[in-house]
Amino acid sequence: MFRTALRNVLAHKARLLMTVLAVMLGVAFVSGTLVFTDTLSHAFRSQSAKSYDDVAVAVTSLGNEYDPAETHPGVSQKTLDEIRGLDGVAAAYGRVDGFAGVADPNGKLIGAGWSNKGSNFDPGKDGKDSAYTFTDGEGPLKADEIALDKDSAAKGEYKVGDRVRVATNGPVKEYTLSGIFTTKDGAVNAGGSLVLFDTAVAQEQYLKPGWYRNVTVTAAPGTDDAKLLDAVEPLLPENAEAKTGQAVADEQAEEIEQGLGALKQVLLGFAGIALFVGVFLISNTFSMLVAQRTRELALMRAVGASRRQITRSVLLEAGVVGAIASAVGFVLGVGLALGLRSGMAAFEMKIPAGPLVVTPTPVIAALAVGVLITMFAAWLPGRRAAKIPPVAAMNSVHAVATTKSLVVRNSIGAFVTAVGAVVIVWGAGMGGDGGRLRIAAGAFFALIGVIILIPLLSRPVIALIRPILTGPFGVAGKLAGQNAVRNPRRTGATASALAIGLTLVTGLSVLGVTVGKALDKMATDNIKADYMVSMANGGDLDRSAVTALEKVKGATAVSPQQAVQFELKKPGTGEKIFMAGSAVKAGDIERVLKVDVVQGSADSLANGQIAVAEKTAKKRGWKVGTALPVTFADEKQATLTIGAIYKDSEFLSPTLLDTKVVNEHETKPSIRQVFVKMAGGQSEANEKALLGALGENPAIRLMDHQDIRDEFGGTINMMLNILYGLLAMALIIAVLGVVNTLAMSVFERQQEIGMLRAIGLDRRRVKRMVRLEAVVISLFGALIGIGLGVFLGWAIGETLKAALTGYALVLPWDRIAIFLVLAGLVGVLASLWPARSAAKLNMLNAIKTE
Amino acid sequence: MTTTTPSGVQTAARTTATAAVAARATDLTKVYGQGETQVVALDGVSVDFRKAEFTAIMGPSGSGKSTLMHCVAGLDSISSGSARIGDTELTGLKDKQLTKLRRDKIGFIFQAFNLLPTLNALENITLPMDIAGRKPDQAWLDTVVETVGLSGRLKHRPTELSGGQQQRVAVARALAGRPEIMFADEPTGNLDSRSGAEVLGFLRNSVRELGQTVVMVTHDPVAASYADRVVFLADGRIVDEMADPTADRVLDRMKDFDAKGRTS
Ligand SMILES: Nc1ncnc2c1ncn2[C@@H]1O[C@H](COP(=O)(O)OP(=O)(O)OP(=O)(O)O)[C@@H](O)[C@H]1O
Ligand SMILES: [Mg+2]
Repeated sequence: MFRTALRNVLAHKARLLMTVLAVMLGVAFVSGTLVFTDTLSHAFRSQSAKSYDDVAVAVTSLGNEYDPAETHPGVSQKTLDEIRGLDGVAAAYGRVDGFAGVADPNGKLIGAGWSNKGSNFDPGKDGKDSAYTFTDGEGPLKADEIALDKDSAAKGEYKVGDRVRVATNGPVKEYTLSGIFTTKDGAVNAGGSLVLFDTAVAQEQYLKPGWYRNVTVTAAPGTDDAKLLDAVEPLLPENAEAKTGQAVADEQAEEIEQGLGALKQVLLGFAGIALFVGVFLISNTFSMLVAQRTRELALMRAVGASRRQITRSVLLEAGVVGAIASAVGFVLGVGLALGLRSGMAAFEMKIPAGPLVVTPTPVIAALAVGVLITMFAAWLPGRRAAKIPPVAAMNSVHAVATTKSLVVRNSIGAFVTAVGAVVIVWGAGMGGDGGRLRIAAGAFFALIGVIILIPLLSRPVIALIRPILTGPFGVAGKLAGQNAVRNPRRTGATASALAIGLTLVTGLSVLGVTVGKALDKMATDNIKADYMVSMANGGDLDRSAVTALEKVKGATAVSPQQAVQFELKKPGTGEKIFMAGSAVKAGDIERVLKVDVVQGSADSLANGQIAVAEKTAKKRGWKVGTALPVTFADEKQATLTIGAIYKDSEFLSPTLLDTKVVNEHETKPSIRQVFVKMAGGQSEANEKALLGALGENPAIRLMDHQDIRDEFGGTINMMLNILYGLLAMALIIAVLGVVNTLAMSVFERQQEIGMLRAIGLDRRRVKRMVRLEAVVISLFGALIGIGLGVFLGWAIGETLKAALTGYALVLPWDRIAIFLVLAGLVGVLASLWPARSAAKLNMLNAIKTE
Repeated sequence: MTTTTPSGVQTAARTTATAAVAARATDLTKVYGQGETQVVALDGVSVDFRKAEFTAIMGPSGSGKSTLMHCVAGLDSISSGSARIGDTELTGLKDKQLTKLRRDKIGFIFQAFNLLPTLNALENITLPMDIAGRKPDQAWLDTVVETVGLSGRLKHRPTELSGGQQQRVAVARALAGRPEIMFADEPTGNLDSRSGAEVLGFLRNSVRELGQTVVMVTHDPVAASYADRVVFLADGRIVDEMADPTADRVLDRMKDFDAKGRTS
């Protein structure tokens, strides 16, 4: 049996090549993902292990920097000195860190906002800080000195002695560069920037003079880390904890693993889609091979092979193909992993260097996935092969699929599709996460159902396309249209690959574009300000920024959005409720953001009253005039009267207060954004004035309307583009499927094509006929996919309706048109080779009878 | 039988004007392969196929009958010598021109019917005109359909027709374009004797009544007896010719070949 299977594989090399390619792509994706994430995780692990190499014990304080009442904001100088005095301690470094952005000579921020760190230089008795190795100059010892990591210094083209502008949360300051260093710090090695300040400056800036946030302890030779830990622990304040360096490194590795886990899952998801699509291609190929071998198989049955043996021989053949494809796919996957790694470098995401890690898992996964998927896909064709009666050997007519089996198939398909559609509509009506879950389940059923139904759908849908064919393309178009529906099963299986891919692409596009439009509309509807100011790292602005903005000439309204939390005692029960709110500038807030007051008046904010969003008020049973007993962050109590109730909006917190009411209770306000309205609206001059007032701070972002809209739309577009890229995989497999089907069709119709050539159809039109058939099949798949995708996009959109005011379904016709054109191109591309071989067919061989 | 249809008269008139030859092979040689495997399928064959005449080509298997037909019909290339359809010399024509020539001037009937299963009978009949982008001449089409007796079956697909009916559709398809010459390679090879006789009858009628020209390759002396003339091939050469053949005379001649084949 094995010999027969092997012989068959060799005999059908060309046809099986497509199957091999499809399996290979899927396997490459799976193994590539696994190898890539393994390699990445290994690199990060060894990186973090390295950075804690000589750390015996790491102390972390859990103190709250925003809490002025906190008497122990971290680890005190005294504690640090005590640790230094312990036996077995070689050195102990106090660390205090936070955000610090460095401006390049043009005033632009060096590095992305999320990875700009500042810390302190803490020299020991020898004048060295073991965490940093200076390649040039020395550590900062004066208040106006800083040191910079090597890469950042290179990016800004700074040399020791240069003046460098650095922004922390406060205003920008200029420092003298005292030194350039390298470090084992993971964030820096991943492409972040690091500024070292003098310890006193860093403490002042980030915590409190005399206090540290972390302490790292290095041990004298021969000291046990655990023993040292035991010695350190009693010295620490309550809100600090100590761990061995090894434990911290392990924790970091764990975190890295988790972070990569999400990436892994997304990538594997796409690999899954590729394989799912591949199943149809494989199944189709084997169906065709079986059909082609009907007589041969019947003969085997006639000479005594059992049904089981026939099925097994087909499965064995599939296994051989799967194994070959897996092996090649795995090699390809390793290449893919290498490519991904260098690809990420292009996105400024530096990955620590390390060897390519190939564990047994991806190898086993690749083989298992490849072989099992191929055998699974070949199972139905194998069973069909076994059903060929021995008498078919005597009969020249190929066994035609009975209409009964299509009737059964159609009924099942219709049922599954209907169930899927009902579940989807149900989920859409329900909304929320639960609704989306139901839609996902329904989508799965609907997709399977439509795929089962696809042979039935082929006739009517292709009938729709046909007029476009016969018109401009004459006979070739007419014949192509008819050929496309000749074998509905085959056409359907071929179109399925495209349909699945396009369902996902279209669904995502509808959703992305719709949500993008809704967000865009929301932004334009709600933001009346001309500019929005925020920190590049997403952190809090300093209060000085607000004051500076208020002083700008031409600023007609300036209001911060300052996050506030306060407690509320529930009347009667004494139960405490945490309320979130925003502190804003009374009077100005309505001029920079839309505040739709339904009861009372926004003017009441100026009188120290509170405004509440409609839904919150309704839920709590509050009205204008209700007095709320609140406790602020500093434990001070006050009674606030509700002065206004406003419509809920994505840009407003559930409660609004005037900054004056809040500020006396908070020393470090959490100012997320400041909105500014300028006389003369948006203009270059106004922008300049604002940037000037902010001190040309590289860490602060000034966004105009368009920037704000891009911020929303941009992320969505980027996400869509990444998804499109990954789904291109489905398209590639679809191309393979179409090639396969066409090659088979051309092979089966040799006689016909020969006859057509004999009676005067020229080569060009033979090619066109094949090409158009491919285009018709592709367009058919695309139409099905787009239809289903739009439906799914709509359904998921419905569940978002409640969360997105101004939601309205937008059908991205332009993109849909592009998808159709792409599908057409898939057809043209796929038909290149089959069309050529059809045109080159030897007419005489073709019309000769056996 | 007299030529009564107007078209027949017209064709007949033109025939006398142009030397009355529809196709001609002169010193035609066809060699397959090279070196040791070389086969000389046709060895200097010269033959005329006259207009409005029904010619049968006979000969033992492998004698080059099909090859001769393919070469003269522009389906296969020629090694040396010349082949013409009407006034057109085939040697040197590009594939495109040959295709056009076949489309416009030649009708084909194959042993295996070779109909398109996706088209119904009528569509199959008009396929050559569709390919050429010409409108079929309705009167002529009606005549052809009636001649082959398919009026009631035009909407049927080939799978719904018997072998004989399918071959009649093929005959109609070859006739429909009113070609200058029709070639048929063993058109009755796949048919029982009754259906075969019908198809042969139509071919003869198309010559006698419609003024068409037919060249038919056959193994069957009875089929050959429908022709006006039989050309005998052996080993790639024309060895004999017979006018107004009857089945018995053809059979006798063929037996002769067999005897020779055995002695040589
Ligand atoms: N494509 C080819 N390549 C090589 N030799 C060929 C080819 N086609 C035909 N021949 C050879 O040319 C000779 C003539 O073949 P042809 O098909 O014309 O014979 P035929 O008279 O039609 O025979 P039959 O009655 O069996 O159909 C044979 O010897 C055959 O083997
Ligand atoms: Mg022959």
